[in-house]
Amino acid sequence: MSVETPGVQTPGVQTFTPQAFHRQAHDALGNPQIRANFRSAMDGLMGKRREAFADWELEALRELGASVRLRALAQLPTLLERLEANCQANGIRVHWAEDGEAACRLIRELCEARGAKAVIKGKSMVTEEMHLNAHLETAGIEALESDLGEYLVQLNDQTPSHIIMPAIHLNTDEIADVMHDKTGIPHTRDVDAMTAAARAQLRERFMAADVGITGVNFAVAETGTLCLVENEGNGRMTTTVPPVHIAVTGIEKVVEQLRDVAPLYALLTRSATGQHATTYLNMISGPRKSDEQGGPEEVHLVLVDNGRSAIYQDDELLDTLRCIRCGACMNHCPVYTRVGGHSYGTTYPGPIGSILMPHLMGLEATKDLPTASSLCGACGEVCPVKIPIPALLTRLRREAVGEGRGNVPGAGSKRTKTEAAAWKAWQWLATHPGAWRGAAGVAGKLGPLTPGKLGPWSDHRVAPKPARHSLHALVKRHRSTIEEES
Amino acid sequence: MSARETILGRLRRRLDGPLTPPVSDFSVMSGRGWSREERLRRFTAWITSVHGEVIHTPRADWTQALARVLADKGIRRLALGRAHPVAAEARAALAEAEVTLVDADRPVDAWREELFFRTEAGLTSTGGGVAETGSLWLWPTPDEPRLLSLVPPIHIAVLDAEAIEETLFDVMERHAWGQGMPTNALLISGPSKTADIEQTLAYGVHGPRELVVLLRH
Repeated sequence: MSVETPGVQTPGVQTFTPQAFHRQAHDALGNPQIRANFRSAMDGLMGKRREAFADWELEALRELGASVRLRALAQLPTLLERLEANCQANGIRVHWAEDGEAACRLIRELCEARGAKAVIKGKSMVTEEMHLNAHLETAGIEALESDLGEYLVQLNDQTPSHIIMPAIHLNTDEIADVMHDKTGIPHTRDVDAMTAAARAQLRERFMAADVGITGVNFAVAETGTLCLVENEGNGRMTTTVPPVHIAVTGIEKVVEQLRDVAPLYALLTRSATGQHATTYLNMISGPRKSDEQGGPEEVHLVLVDNGRSAIYQDDELLDTLRCIRCGACMNHCPVYTRVGGHSYGTTYPGPIGSILMPHLMGLEATKDLPTASSLCGACGEVCPVKIPIPALLTRLRREAVGEGRGNVPGAGSKRTKTEAAAWKAWQWLATHPGAWRGAAGVAGKLGPLTPGKLGPWSDHRVAPKPARHSLHALVKRHRSTIEEES
Repeated sequence: MSARETILGRLRRRLDGPLTPPVSDFSVMSGRGWSREERLRRFTAWITSVHGEVIHTPRADWTQALARVLADKGIRRLALGRAHPVAAEARAALAEAEVTLVDADRPVDAWREELFFRTEAGLTSTGGGVAETGSLWLWPTPDEPRLLSLVPPIHIAVLDAEAIEETLFDVMERHAWGQGMPTNALLISGPSKTADIEQTLAYGVHGPRELVVLLRH
């Protein structure tokens, strides 16, 4: 399993890590610009999602989505072999990579075999996960992002702060500065003008690119088809214009049949951005045939494990792999909405990141993420494939303190002797009524002596004082008064 | 051992044992029961809501509607196929018009600069439409290659009213997509767009900034 080197390592640019979650969240909470950018964006997205599902039997659709994903996972090794066979029959070359590093190496070698110097990229979170761009750069291959949001984030030496809207943390003024400073266009706040400038800049790059690299939304085993969901058309450009297309996907993205794509697509677009359909659903089933006028001569599919087969072992954790990467859990998360995507310091932020990243990076690095939640349950309620995110967060909290099955990397790394002893004592008291009553009585008598400062807990709260008389005692006394009166 | 065998081996020797695949109930994806008029109404409403333009035309006069679109938008260079009846009829009708017809049925490498920088619009046929989402579906061919609907700033698509079906699921099932897919199949719902700059919609970021549907009755 590969351990990521988190964040972008550019000098003078802030690097975010999951280890520093508390400080990063604190800083973000004190930044009115970040608060405003995320608040307005997430409010808009929540409203649009609600409207988009208005005509639907949403529960039936979510149930179908969950069953499609579970059916694929239940047959995962067989479907991966079928996908491979059908892709190969279509002329797509299939490669396997155990971790991010192996995938990077493999992709670099494919590029080098073509003598590639310039790579154009469509949006792909799995390549963010493995830091592919940085890897290619060390080999002298320039990888340029072509999704507008990813392009802006790359120009700004940052990483995406949202899996669907990478540049959501930037406002128009900040983007105007980036476009002016980094691409040399006249300074403008006009969104159409900036978009047109990016179109012109990227058209040249599409034509000059030796290789196009994209992610995959759904890989269909039945037909050997790779589905890409997008609005801009950069995915279609990336998969059509350069002579080579390399598609990269986690092994969990496979579905059994073509018809399975219909419900997942309906759920994905509505959950992500409240759209009935994205502008493009691009379905690729092979390189250009001899009579065809365009399209890549070579298409490769790289199947990446990177920790997924470990998650697959456990009946409860398995649900993590149902995810279709819509981002609805983050849009609805009261924590994500306030601290923004970068605070998490991981490729995938928000609730899905908090249940996925511990497997990819280990709990030692990410132990604060499962607790970055009030367990309000919104993420689980909006999840289009019904992933029980709150239950998985509590499972990882248990794993972090060594009270789970111990099969998550870094399990037990958050355990402290004091905390474990305190909970043991509490557990014993709570299951021994006599001792509990005695302890409650003592606590009530000592109430005035309780310190006003209880570490971080009382930073923003008044420290609790044990009541002089416990609720039990009060009820008992009340009852006896009533009995005396009657 | 190869990475392939290692990964498949790990998945097969699953710690918690084999899993049972559930059965999926697809009834929510189909059976809308919309009349022809309702399908038309929904298709038009949805594709218009995402900035698509729908022009209704009697089937017999559709090339006149095309000529009007070209004139209204000042299109002087139109790329199109040759063999498909849509392309053939358009070519015949526009032979005398003041529009340069650019052949799309040739290797893209031979006319890349022209396609990327000097072609104002692309004309394509469509396989059909989807009422529920306001979408067109296309299976590009050597006659109408895939970049024809993507690179020029305006995409003009010809759709027959009776080819509008209820849902994407219906299209996939009725046309047996699972039995065999082309190199590239596309669902197109409106012109290219982005909201990556502070949620402000902008059109034509990489693909066409306008999508015109000539809807033939």
